[in-house]
Amino acid sequence: MPDPVVVEGLTRRFGDFVAVDHVSFGVGQGEIFGFVGPNGAGKTTTIKMLTCLLRPSEGTARVADHDVRTEAKAVRQRIGYMSQMFSLYGDLTVDENIRLFGSLYGITGAHLAERRDWILAMADLTRRGDRMTRELPLGWKQRLALGCAVLHEPPILFLDEPTSGVDPTSRRHFWDLIYRLAETGTTVLVSTHYMEEAEYCHRLALMHRGRLVALDRPDRLRRDLQQPVLEVLTDDPARAVEALRDAPGVIEAAMFGRAVHVMVADEAAGLEDVARRLAAAGRRVTAVRAIAPSLEDAFVALVRRQGVAAVE
Amino acid sequence: MSAWRLWAVARKEWIQLRRDTRSLALAFALPALLILLFGYAISLDVRHIPLAVLDHSHTPDSRRLVEALVAPRYFTVTTTLTREGELDDALRTGRVRLALVIPPSFARDLAAGRGAPVQLLLDASDANTATIAQNYADAIVARYSLAVGGRAVVLPVDLRTRVWYNETLESRNMVVPGLIAVIMSIIAAMLTALTIAREWERGTMEQLAATPVHRVEVVLGKLVPYIGIGFVDVTIAVVTGRVVFHVPVRGDLLLLAALTLLFLLAALGWGVFLSAALKSQLLATQAALITTYLPALLLSGFIFSISAMPLPLRVITHIVPARYFVTITKGIFLKAVGLETLWPEVLALAAFSAGGLGLALRSFRKELG
Repeated sequence: MPDPVVVEGLTRRFGDFVAVDHVSFGVGQGEIFGFVGPNGAGKTTTIKMLTCLLRPSEGTARVADHDVRTEAKAVRQRIGYMSQMFSLYGDLTVDENIRLFGSLYGITGAHLAERRDWILAMADLTRRGDRMTRELPLGWKQRLALGCAVLHEPPILFLDEPTSGVDPTSRRHFWDLIYRLAETGTTVLVSTHYMEEAEYCHRLALMHRGRLVALDRPDRLRRDLQQPVLEVLTDDPARAVEALRDAPGVIEAAMFGRAVHVMVADEAAGLEDVARRLAAAGRRVTAVRAIAPSLEDAFVALVRRQGVAAVE
Repeated sequence: MSAWRLWAVARKEWIQLRRDTRSLALAFALPALLILLFGYAISLDVRHIPLAVLDHSHTPDSRRLVEALVAPRYFTVTTTLTREGELDDALRTGRVRLALVIPPSFARDLAAGRGAPVQLLLDASDANTATIAQNYADAIVARYSLAVGGRAVVLPVDLRTRVWYNETLESRNMVVPGLIAVIMSIIAAMLTALTIAREWERGTMEQLAATPVHRVEVVLGKLVPYIGIGFVDVTIAVVTGRVVFHVPVRGDLLLLAALTLLFLLAALGWGVFLSAALKSQLLATQAALITTYLPALLLSGFIFSISAMPLPLRVITHIVPARYFVTITKGIFLKAVGLETLWPEVLALAAFSAGGLGLALRSFRKELG
């Protein structure tokens, strides 16, 4: 049995702009496969090609052992899709939305009733089937959208930034549902720009400017980052980054929330050097300490390495 | 193609439409309003034109001339003047549209049989009304002359006109049938543009596209409720025309229904195409209004006669589907003609509806952007 998703040299151009540039990967059954990277990296375009919403310019992709170019209908029957934008009908009730998507997937009668109950229970919407969908809080809407996407129990599920805009509690709830689906054998491909979500994935594809920069397990991606990372707490992180960026011994300095993460060549020298430089620049430094690199640090380093490679 | 999926799309569309007060008002109130507006207010008939009389003669003869003028009810004497100086004021202020001046010598000249001149002043700022009024006045005065001439005159050619199909020459008899085409155009243009472009704007079209639903099922499914509304509107138009305006309905109503469907498919298909191509409610609505409603109003022969248009416009009318439908509705309403006469129009409409639906389906095949 071939992998649920097999992608080879997949490319999409919009005029001169290459949105996805010869991307290849495979996803195994029951795997939660994450796409991460900045906006415009090609995550959404890749997902749209795999869901037959966009035609590839080059390369091949097989989803559920069907070609996305020539067997779109077979692919659509076997996948669930949830887009970035909430895209159920706001002016239909919860039940009416479920019934519509059920009909489109050919699910009716007792089977539909059973799936409806399952979705309502999953999305915490039991006894709220007659509520107008647009009146639901965003977190509930997204769980309902997930329910409609898996109404026909597809073996493969595509989620394009499914949790953007929802609060962390709802996000965690949503990921519990994704885990439950994966445990029952559903293959999940999900894009996100939340790093904490990326940690939940079994494997991550880091995309940057249309290219696949790295593809591995989150822990391995972190471990591969060999440079030590220092966390600096200071009164003005933006100015601190400026002061450190071109300093000798500093590989990369970036803001992470209210802290500054500094990647240095040598940990001991770096600790001393960074504090001194910031003091010289007139910054008040509360703490400088070595930390375990986060996934985001790993990505910054990987993208930087990619950039250097491109320049060379 | 699955009838079940098509039906699912149609049912969803109907539920949405039912909850959308704005679209519903557009679908039912606007046609009713248009019928009443065109039927009552915009009457193209010339009747009871206000007339001023300046009678210097003050004789039974002059009074008979005035009576002859107002008898057919084309004119009504609203002002009686006593001095020449008041004429200009009465016409300029618009109190009257025409003024009749009878000189003091009128009765004497008439009795002497030497030709009695009377003067008719016309306000031609509305050229159409002025021309018609002049024709009526000419005819009435000519008949009066013959009657008072004393001796019988035999004219070599005796023209006897009879008006057919719209015997009372009432413009609403041709306005109401033509209006159906205009109303259908609005329904098709506005509603499909609004509701389909909305799906692109909100991203629901993409969600539909990711399901196994076929584009034929989406397009036809979405059209079903609007075809239903179109038929309700035609019924409103026919019943209002018959009951309120006494417009004769002489032809086959079933044929009218079938051809209405043909016209609706053309117009709805065009609306779907516009909204799929433009993907914005605002743009699609404006484009729909300009490309369907305006031509239906101006270039269909509904109000302005096509044969009176300059050649370039006459050529353009051939690509206005409403033109064919106006011919069909007038033919069925007033002349009771059937397919044996209307077949060229029916063929043209069939071509337009095939084209409209074809464009709509084509625009859906294009990948989502």
